[in-house]
Amino acid sequence: MRRAPARGTRRADPEYAGHALHAEWTKARTAGGTIWLLLAIIATTIAVGSAVATATRCPAAGCGQDPARVSLSGIDLGQAVVAILAVLAISGEYGTGLILFTLTAIPRRTTMLAAKAAILTGLVTVAGTLAVLGSLLAGRLILPGHGFIPAHGYPLLSLADGSYLRAAAGSVLYLILVGLLGLGVATAIRDSAVAIGIVLGLLYLFPVAAAAVANPHWQRHLEQIAPMSAGLAIQVTTGLRGMPISPWAGLGVLAAWAAGAMLAGGLLLRVRDA
Amino acid sequence: MTVTPYQSRLREGPYGFADLLHAEWTKFRTVRGWIIAVIVGGLAIAAFALAPGQQGSCNVSSCTAPVGPGGEEVSDSFYFVHQPLSGNGSITVRVASLTGEIPVLTQRAAMRDGLVPWAKAGIIIKASTSPGSAYAAMMVTGSHGVRMQDDFTQDMPGLPGAVSATSPRWLRLTRSGDTITGYDSADGTHWAQVGTATLAGLPQVAQVGLFTTSPGYLQTSLGEASVSGGPSVATGVFDHVGLSWPSGAWAGDNVGGGGGSPGGTAGSSRAADTFTITGTGDIAPVVAGGGGAGVTIAQTLVGTFAGLIVLVVAAAMFMTAEYRRRLILVTLTAAPRRGRVLAAKAVIIGTVTFAAGLVSAAIAVVLGQRVLRGNGAYVYPASLLTQVRVIVGTAAVLAVAAVIAVAIGTILRRGIGAVAVVVMVIVLPYMFTVAAPILPVGPADWLLRLTPAAGFAIQQTLVQYPQVTNTYTAASGYYPLPPWAGLAVLCAWAALALSLAVFLLRRRDA
Repeated sequence: MRRAPARGTRRADPEYAGHALHAEWTKARTAGGTIWLLLAIIATTIAVGSAVATATRCPAAGCGQDPARVSLSGIDLGQAVVAILAVLAISGEYGTGLILFTLTAIPRRTTMLAAKAAILTGLVTVAGTLAVLGSLLAGRLILPGHGFIPAHGYPLLSLADGSYLRAAAGSVLYLILVGLLGLGVATAIRDSAVAIGIVLGLLYLFPVAAAAVANPHWQRHLEQIAPMSAGLAIQVTTGLRGMPISPWAGLGVLAAWAAGAMLAGGLLLRVRDA
Repeated sequence: MTVTPYQSRLREGPYGFADLLHAEWTKFRTVRGWIIAVIVGGLAIAAFALAPGQQGSCNVSSCTAPVGPGGEEVSDSFYFVHQPLSGNGSITVRVASLTGEIPVLTQRAAMRDGLVPWAKAGIIIKASTSPGSAYAAMMVTGSHGVRMQDDFTQDMPGLPGAVSATSPRWLRLTRSGDTITGYDSADGTHWAQVGTATLAGLPQVAQVGLFTTSPGYLQTSLGEASVSGGPSVATGVFDHVGLSWPSGAWAGDNVGGGGGSPGGTAGSSRAADTFTITGTGDIAPVVAGGGGAGVTIAQTLVGTFAGLIVLVVAAAMFMTAEYRRRLILVTLTAAPRRGRVLAAKAVIIGTVTFAAGLVSAAIAVVLGQRVLRGNGAYVYPASLLTQVRVIVGTAAVLAVAAVIAVAIGTILRRGIGAVAVVVMVIVLPYMFTVAAPILPVGPADWLLRLTPAAGFAIQQTLVQYPQVTNTYTAASGYYPLPPWAGLAVLCAWAALALSLAVFLLRRRDA
């Protein structure tokens, strides 16, 4: 008599998912690079944001600068480190062959990927929150000295302000979604160098191409579908009318990219040999 | 009977550099993914140039600019009160005032008093009244004092300071054959020579007279990242007109169409010996950016970034796969001089990416320009030599970036780190300064001087003219470094990365 496959007997077992989470947490916690990458997310984001804030001036009212976007511009670089963290979360296992043990211990591959996504989300949330709060604090300290004063139409950066809160929380969500995008791509591609090339290409090539395309119609469409251009609309607090896409819709575009990548990765993970 | 022992025909080590090159080429050639990556990278560069949406943003009137004697596109519109001069002669004039109006940007079609820095009023000897013809002129300007300019690109300073009723400026132009000499004076008695111009092929009968013009007003905000502006007008008042020949009838012409004159104010009036001339436009080369509406051939090369990322991934893996597969042990056993192994890898990856970049950049520039022109865009002309420099330079940028990826791959021994670092140091500074500029111009220029992104200066084809007001920013195609200096900065980074890689490769266990 043939026995049913192991995966069937384990359906809807919360303890099973708990084990998967615990295993992924242990791997993330003990892998040498994790803590450094998390620190790098925080450091690069705050450093670039502070540098851009230091370089920016608002000499008069109507200077058109966006203090939230300026302060949080470090996300442009920090997201690359998030992508590295995400790609390594899975392709590190392929690189060392650990994936065979992981899938032997947790044969339900979707559960394994979900556990990885959950741990990654948790890590990026912590690092992203610290990075965003640090960047906003730096902006709050630097920008008033550079003409971002109430007389020029800029109240002090504060999370009590709805649009700044949206920019801050949205930036953390943005980093989480970039992480999931990276995890999905890396699950589908398996090779870390190729995966990071694809993720960074997806993020950075769209804005470069959009800038070069002079046709405003195409430019607008490119900025509406690009994961980075659309997603970062969440940081915009001034001149929202002129934006190609509204903040939350923009973050939705990035979420769709991340969901698509995770779906592709998950499907390939199920149908492929490890 | 003695048996000759078997001896391998293979040469003993140490191997020469040619053998190392052969070995590395064999490794690269036989990994299908890397060959595919080179092809995909090349195709990406060419594909972006031919993609739909490659258009200019110019309207019909600014798409066709006249061509100056030097072959460059020029704007040549001004109000001209003139008469013919046959053979040699000279014209002298006193400019008593230069005033103007600039647009109020917050109100449509509203003007206020003001003078743009390069508003011009003075005297000119011009081959004909058709735009783009050769000329030499002496003029007072809005805020750059007296200048002598000729054939659109030449500019020499004369007396400093603004013109006013209490400090008028006397100007004189003298023609002797093809040579025109300009003089200025503050009092009409003490003259100083400002410069000479040689206008080859100036016809026997030239048009000589008084002119006024005023280039567009530009206002920059967002640290020069955002530009707004509109046409301006200027009015010059001339008297003490002295001609070395018997004066004929004066004719007034709005040279260059003058379709853009606000309120149709261009024109002239004469009261006794005083001429009042109002004009708009400019006599200057066309520039890109805030003051221009065309695109450069660099736009056909936007795919460089896509190609760069693909090629950098292949280059990084070319090195890091050695560590992943532990092939490095075999490689270094066969060739114990580690620096030479790295050099061989750099030569192979550099050559392969250079070749792929050369072919694809040539296709992109040649065919991309056709697509742009076919879509009605105005492409700033670039000489054949410049186009060759842009194509070869783009291939060189790709090759050097690939070498940097090999070096960083050696340093980090991880493909992911090498790819991420190269993308971050090359693509990100470009994005911050050129593609989606978030930095003000000053810091942006420093990023483009110091980071590896400086290498993209090799793609610039535009010339900065100090006598033309414009936003000369990287975002509009003007890099802070000249083309080859920018490439040299990228090469310096490659040399630094390679040195560190050789140092670590020698010091570390494999």
